[in-house]
Parts: sequence; structure tokens; C-alpha cells
Amino acid sequence: MADDAIKIVLEKCVGCSLCVKTCPFGAITMVDKKAVIELEKCTLCGACVETCKFEAIIMAKKEEKVTADFSEYKDVWVFGEQKKGKIQSISYELLGKGRELADDLGVKLCAVFFGSGIEDEANKLIASGADKVYLVDSPKLKDYQDDPYTKVFVELIKKYKPEIVLCGASTIGRSLISRVAVTLRTGLTADCTGLEIDPDEKILLQTRPAFGGNIMATIISPDYRPQMATVRHKVMKEAEPDQSRKGEIIKETFQDEVYSSRTKLIDIIEEIEETINLTEADIIVSGGRGVGAKENFDMIRDLALSLNAAVGASRAVVDADWIPYSHQVGQTGKTVCPKIYIACGISGQIQHLIGMKSADIIIAINKDPDAPIFSVATYGIVDDIFKIVPQLTQYFKEMLGT
Amino acid sequence: MKIIVLIKQVPDTTDVRIDPVTNTLIREGVESVINPFDRYAIEEAVRTKEKFEGSEVIVISMGPPQAENALREAISLGCDRGILLSDRKFAGSDTWATSYTIAQAIRKIDDYKIIFGGKQASDGDTAQVGPGVSMHLDIPQVTYIKKIEKIDESGATVERMTEEGFDIVETPLPVLFTVVKEINEPRLPSLRGKMKAKKAEITVWTAADLDCDDNNIGLNGSPTKVAKIFTPPQREGGRILKGEPHEVAKELSELLQTAIIG
Repeated sequence: MADDAIKIVLEKCVGCSLCVKTCPFGAITMVDKKAVIELEKCTLCGACVETCKFEAIIMAKKEEKVTADFSEYKDVWVFGEQKKGKIQSISYELLGKGRELADDLGVKLCAVFFGSGIEDEANKLIASGADKVYLVDSPKLKDYQDDPYTKVFVELIKKYKPEIVLCGASTIGRSLISRVAVTLRTGLTADCTGLEIDPDEKILLQTRPAFGGNIMATIISPDYRPQMATVRHKVMKEAEPDQSRKGEIIKETFQDEVYSSRTKLIDIIEEIEETINLTEADIIVSGGRGVGAKENFDMIRDLALSLNAAVGASRAVVDADWIPYSHQVGQTGKTVCPKIYIACGISGQIQHLIGMKSADIIIAINKDPDAPIFSVATYGIVDDIFKIVPQLTQYFKEMLGT
Repeated sequence: MKIIVLIKQVPDTTDVRIDPVTNTLIREGVESVINPFDRYAIEEAVRTKEKFEGSEVIVISMGPPQAENALREAISLGCDRGILLSDRKFAGSDTWATSYTIAQAIRKIDDYKIIFGGKQASDGDTAQVGPGVSMHLDIPQVTYIKKIEKIDESGATVERMTEEGFDIVETPLPVLFTVVKEINEPRLPSLRGKMKAKKAEITVWTAADLDCDDNNIGLNGSPTKVAKIFTPPQREGGRILKGEPHEVAKELSELLQTAIIG
């Protein structure tokens, strides 16, 4: 590039420094009342261009592609994830959203479903909104493996040309879908919290949080098909099943080579969770440093028990070995999205907030009124958790008969 | 055995504070650090090296020139040499273009056996680049590994973390692994490591060095583009419940009743 990809028009810049505040990467500074972009830090995200009220920031537009003919591409696809032959709830959530998108576009909603002996289960995808299910039933696809699943998925997409493909941001989904997108040379947006059809362009608008949710970005891939996105568990609402719905199951088979795998799955080990799976839970009760000691965690567990909730924890208490890592919520732990999140004695470091701030209702109980957790809390109680939590447990026990 | 580890430099979130007035992140003076998940990848690469005499660990990062600091730190932690993929032409890369560029660099390094990476970067959070690199290189991958049970010159048996527990997977080499936090406890840099990092020469490769197709890199090579950036609606300012413990506990349980039962 001969010119810089982004620059400030000095005559237009009034030195308002709005762009400095907006830049997620700290790449803009004010020098002599004019904005200066540090190109080494800039990632061309375009946030400043949007913010500037004076059109003083110019970013080179992507070279216009000759618009390819995408008329062959239609339908919305959802990856139907199964484990031990059972459809995972994330797939029903995607069908709920997929149905809306397909209706907006006036196309069919289809599920792709791979496994062994799963034809009966495939009907559930129809009940939950799919017009068609592309079923690949083979003993070689019984459990998820990267190579065969990628190849089968790619072959199906090449054959039927969907315009949109949605996949859960699960362990399986994340391992699989990036390989599919790379092979097809198309765009993939991770962890979308919003998916909509642009009413004019009829393209998929994929909204996701960037940098821990401080800014939101709407991503498009107008020049490539299919448009692919992943969604995390619990972000979209599950489709209501309707057993009377009719749909078509289309069985596909492939040459042996397509099913071949370089890696070999030796065993699947299930570890018994002491409580409800954190990412599945509707209610989570979490404890932080304020719990004080390992033995005090029983107080948190009791509250969780009274609510049939899962137990979460901040990094500090996991590091202190008060509770295993599988309970950790936050940046290096799990991202959760429950209906209710009760934070007990958690100060609310940004790493923790990143993992739980999309909960519908957040309760913070902390004796420090300045704890950052209160900034995201729906209801806050500034008091000692040892006074509040046992009382709460008692009230919930009475309310719910637990 | 030649081992590659892929790292990314990200803003240090332990430095980030929330502005109490605007409720946004304060980024001033935020340091750049190695992506926390990549620290486990570095450690596992170094531990693997220590098992096989005559091995070396090559650490690669794509980013602006200052990402060199991340590479030096990786060397202080036991990596042998660092390669920085840096070119203005790479700016604006999405995960497709990033994984293509990194794969082009790895192709130049002949004869590698294992590529390690963190399970995802803490800033973008996509977990797409690792699998993307393995696909571009057409090598097998095992993601989210929490333990290497067995490894020799031709293959490995590893544990892949799942939502319910873990899978045991056998793979031939070369392979790409992404690792989770459970896999190890990263060491601190040694004094010798620090000295070595200071003196190390970091190789810089540009688009021209990598024999990249311009249509596959940077903004132009990226299928996705940002249509709009906006600040999310802030959470409504919360309500602080006041009163004696039994009063606030009662009030809260009543406030939550509909959400719990409904």
C-alpha cells in the first residue's frame, strides 16, 4: 500500500479527542490538538472512523470485489450437534434463531446431522423447526472427530450451497467450524450475540462483543458464501418443539475416504460433576475471596442447593485451591449466561466480569461499597456475606421447599 | 524434534480498570502481554523439548513491531528463537487471513513435529486461528488438550477436554495442539533465560518473505469485515438494597421470585 490505510485529515480534525476515547487499542493520541494514529498499534477496526463527527478520519476501503453471483446459494443451515446419539441443547437454540432468519429470507431452515443410528433423533430437529435434515448416518461418524466431520460438512455445503451456516460455539463446534470455513474460503464470525438479516442487502448481520464486551462489532461477509457464524450456549432462545411439524430427512452417504481420520478417538471419559454443569445452569451462585476460607465455601454451596443452582467461583479462590478449576467463571475460566448470577464476596475484577456480565439478573453481595461488581449488578447488597447468605438460603428454602 | 509455538500479544486485562462514570474500560497505560492461554502453550512446548534431546522451540507471533517483546519474553521462558510476522499489509486480517499468513510462515520452517497454541486469545476470543492453521497446512489437530499422556517421534496420545470430561485421542505427527490451562503450571523466567532473551535476534518476516498471495492477506484477504462498531447499551444502574440483613435478604428473595419460579 502506497498510502497509509488510515489517516487523519488535519484540516478537519478539531481536536475533540473523541477518537482517542473510542480506540479499543489505545492507538490514537493528541499531539498539538490534532489526533495522531500510531499505525503500529492500529488494527484498522474502524471504530474511530465511526465516532468522528467531522469526517476527519479516512480509512482505505477494501478493494471492491466484483460481486459474485450468489443466486445459487439459499437456505439457512444449523449444525445439529449430538453426543452419544443425543442432540445437544445448543442445536435447539440455533434452530430457534435459524427459523427467524430463514423466515426473513423466505428460505428453508435445514439441519445437518452426523452420527450413527440417529435417524429417530433427527425427527426432533424437524419438530424444533427444521424443514429438512441432511442426515449422514455411519458408524464412522458415531463420535466427533475433526477429519471426517470436516470433510462431510464441506462436501454437503459444496453440494447444496446454503447461504448461511450456524454452529454452536461448543468444544466440538469451535474445533470443527473454523476448519470448514478455511476449506471453503469463507468468513466465520465467532460468538455472535445478535444475528439478523439486513432488510435491503439480504445479508447476515453478525453482532459480537469485541474486547470483553466493551464495544460491539457488527460483522458481515458480503463477498463470500456461505456466511458462517457461531453462537455460544444460552445466548439464543431454544425453539419450542411442535411434534406435528412435517419435514424431510435426506440421507447422504460418502466414499470411505471422506470418513477417514488421521487421529483416533480411544476413549470418552465422563467426569461426574458434583453439581449442575456451570454453562447449562439457569442460576449460578459464585464465591470469591470474601468467602475467606475453603471450609466457608459450604455456605455458598448451601445457597446454591436451596436454588438448585450451580456453584461458580472467581479465579482467586480457584488459585487458592478452595474449589476446582471447573467452577471458575471469567476470562481464563468459563463464560456463563444464566438467568440469575449471585456473586458473593467477589470484587469483580474485569476478568471475572467478562465471564458473567451477560447474565439477565446479577446480584452482588460485598461489604466493600466500591467493589466494581456493583457497576454491573441489578441488585446490590453492601454487607457481610456471612450475615446475608445464610438468611437468603433460609428464605429460598421456604419459598421453594428445597 | 522441531516444535513451534504460536503466541499473540494482547492488552493486559489485569491492568484494565472500569471508569465508574462512563462504565467503560480505561485503557490508558494498558500494557501488552502474552495472551494468558499462550503461556501454557509455551510451557508445554518447552517441556516437550526437554523430553527429546536436540530439540528446539521456535516461537512465532503475528503483529505489530512491538510484538517482539512478547517473543523475547517467550525466549526467556525457554523458547529457542523467535519469528515475528509483521507487515503493514497484514493489518486488518480476520481469522481466515491470519491463519493463512501463519501457515505460510510455518511452511518455511521445514520438518516441524508439533505446533502448540493457546485455546484462544483473550482479546478476540474466537478460538479459530489454531484450527484454521492446521487446515491450511492440512495436518491433524487436537484442540483443548489438558494432558499429553504419551509422545514419541511419530505420534502422541493426548487428553482433550470436553464439556463432560475428556476424550483420549491418538494422533500422528506433525500435529497442531491447542492447550487449556489445566495442562501445566508455567514456570517463571530464569536469569539465564532473561539474558538470552535480551541478546536474542528476532527474525522478522514480511509478506514478501512468506510468498503470500496479496489476495489472501490483510484487509483484502479477509472474508469478514466490520460493518459497524458501537458501544453496547450500558446496564441500568443497579439498585442497592438497604436495611438489616434479614430485611434485605427477604426483599431480595421476593425480587427474584418471578425469575426463579416463572
